[in-house]
Amino acid sequence: MTLALEVVDLVKHFGPVRAVDGVSLTVAPGEVLGLVGESGSGKSTLGRCVVRLLPVSAGTVRVNGRDIAGLSRRRLRPLRRDFNIVFQDPASSLNPRMTVGDIIREPLRLHRIGTATTRRRRVDELLDQVGLQTDVGRRYPHELSGGQRQRVSLARALSAGPTLLVADEPTSALDVSVQAAVLNLIGRLQADLGFACLFVTHDLAAVEFLAQRVAVMYLGVLVEIAARSNLFSAPRHPYTQALLSAAPIPDPLLQRRRRRVVLTGEIPSPVNPPSGCRFHPRCPVAVPECARTVPPLRPVGPARELVACHLVHDDGSGPRLA
Amino acid sequence: MKPPLLTVDGLTVLFRTEDGPVLAVDAASFDVAEREVLAIVGESGCGKSVTALALTRLLPGSASIGGSVSLTGRSLLSLGESQLRDVRGRDIAYVFQEPMTSLNPVLTVGRQIGEVLRRHQGLRGAAVTRRATELLDMVGIPLPGRRVGEYPHQLSGGMRQRVMIAMAIACRPKLLIADEPTTALDVTVQAGILDVLRDLRGEIGMAVLLITHDLGVVADIADRVVVMYAGRVIEQAPTEQLFAHHGHHYTHGLLDAVPNPARHAEGGLREIPGRVPTMRSSPDACTFADRCGSADDTCRTARPDLAPGPAGHLVRCWHPLQPANAVLPADIGEGPR
Repeated sequence: MTLALEVVDLVKHFGPVRAVDGVSLTVAPGEVLGLVGESGSGKSTLGRCVVRLLPVSAGTVRVNGRDIAGLSRRRLRPLRRDFNIVFQDPASSLNPRMTVGDIIREPLRLHRIGTATTRRRRVDELLDQVGLQTDVGRRYPHELSGGQRQRVSLARALSAGPTLLVADEPTSALDVSVQAAVLNLIGRLQADLGFACLFVTHDLAAVEFLAQRVAVMYLGVLVEIAARSNLFSAPRHPYTQALLSAAPIPDPLLQRRRRRVVLTGEIPSPVNPPSGCRFHPRCPVAVPECARTVPPLRPVGPARELVACHLVHDDGSGPRLA
Repeated sequence: MKPPLLTVDGLTVLFRTEDGPVLAVDAASFDVAEREVLAIVGESGCGKSVTALALTRLLPGSASIGGSVSLTGRSLLSLGESQLRDVRGRDIAYVFQEPMTSLNPVLTVGRQIGEVLRRHQGLRGAAVTRRATELLDMVGIPLPGRRVGEYPHQLSGGMRQRVMIAMAIACRPKLLIADEPTTALDVTVQAGILDVLRDLRGEIGMAVLLITHDLGVVADIADRVVVMYAGRVIEQAPTEQLFAHHGHHYTHGLLDAVPNPARHAEGGLREIPGRVPTMRSSPDACTFADRCGSADDTCRTARPDLAPGPAGHLVRCWHPLQPANAVLPADIGEGPR
């Protein structure tokens, strides 16, 4: 089976800033992989490298088996119809001078897909798929609400029929009730159209709702990848445990009974990441070994899920912080 | 029973804009008790932030404010500007969402906290720095003696918000108004800030008026909740009661729209069709009627009062949900087309 996305040892440095520092992950066709992390973890940078909005410093990015990391822009262009990205803020990612219809048609035009007539039909079809009426196609982005604009972004991203969609915080700028609609829509489109999705977000609840597997990033590296239900019910890495315990659950009875893993300090600078395990200065259970050697991301437990922690045993058992 | 710390009665805020009047807050009434954490929740444009700012008249000249606000029996809206300045920062302090835009980038942290101490407490010289350092320590900033001489850009987002809180509690206010204090922060940092607010409430005995859209934060820290929609208070209840036995269809929609890891929504999240209306004037109708699946002619032609509902707490709805039967599958329709 050809993977929809295979990232191997991806590195992205901005001068001295080691934003992404050796990340490997895969997304199967039709799968939603949630990529979670806090500010400065490098998750958005990774998402942008995957669609080559940023040149990578080192490593491989294979989309449908083809390495795109080193391709020239000209050779990359025809491949771009296979992958696309949706951003957090639709207001700043839609051209204000183009009508919604033209915005959605643009990828079709650039990739020379169809004729003028079939493109027009395709735009109407896409508008319908994202839950907008076809007359919205004649309007401009400023006439739409935030939720409607995000629907337009989705229609544009999907118009050329990509097999991989990177969604970078697609609901973070939206109100709660609108978020629900956009999350439902992404889930429905993904089920109907079958594209693979790298869903980048800090919103754990959204990932829990949408993703089949979840990758957790901290300071430029992955610390854990596991099936959604395993990750949320039994997180293995101490950072994953702290992250999940810090996100409040909208249920006062449950929330007030939970025990929280309180992290000391702040996320360190990606210019000089800590030695060994990057999480060790803040980890409540760190041992001297953690400061000395980098823990590899290795398979543990019956499901061979990946975790990068010296303290997690091969059978998947390990420290329980809360 | 002790009288409430803050009483808001019929607070109305009308903005004059180029496109005509906008009624941002429509006769909002609520109390905050001493040491209580009261959360005002709602989505963008519901009037929650304007309400918070109107309490001490921190609004531009285009706003006209009606109704009454009293703090320990003293009416705030009739005070003169100089009297109000004594109230702001001393009795009622604010913390806003984005600490970087609230802090002065060219002054040290100590200097900015010191400004409050000089203005309201008459402290001078070394006493100012000493007290500022103590305050930084109180809000959990490590090495406060060094941080007090640093500039905002040298601090992380979480630390900046702690500085804002230090500044806000400098005069041991009776009421801290926190407007989305953790929205710009990461969850692990947010957890720390919420802990600080919780601890300070005990330590200095202040009440907190928390403005937020985050129901997780509400579940974590609030004693009571006021839900606002299109400028009106539509429901008000103790936190557990609100989550378990909400009476308003909008509250119900809001709670079900949030993905909740503790309660899997396999059939999809609930959507609320349509959008929040902007009010020009106060309609004789329920402002949620156009988006509510249970609305009938009464809802569209008569204004519901905020009155005790089936579960005993205040609800502004003609057909409130029954407490035993708080989930009606048909009451909010499918998503917008």
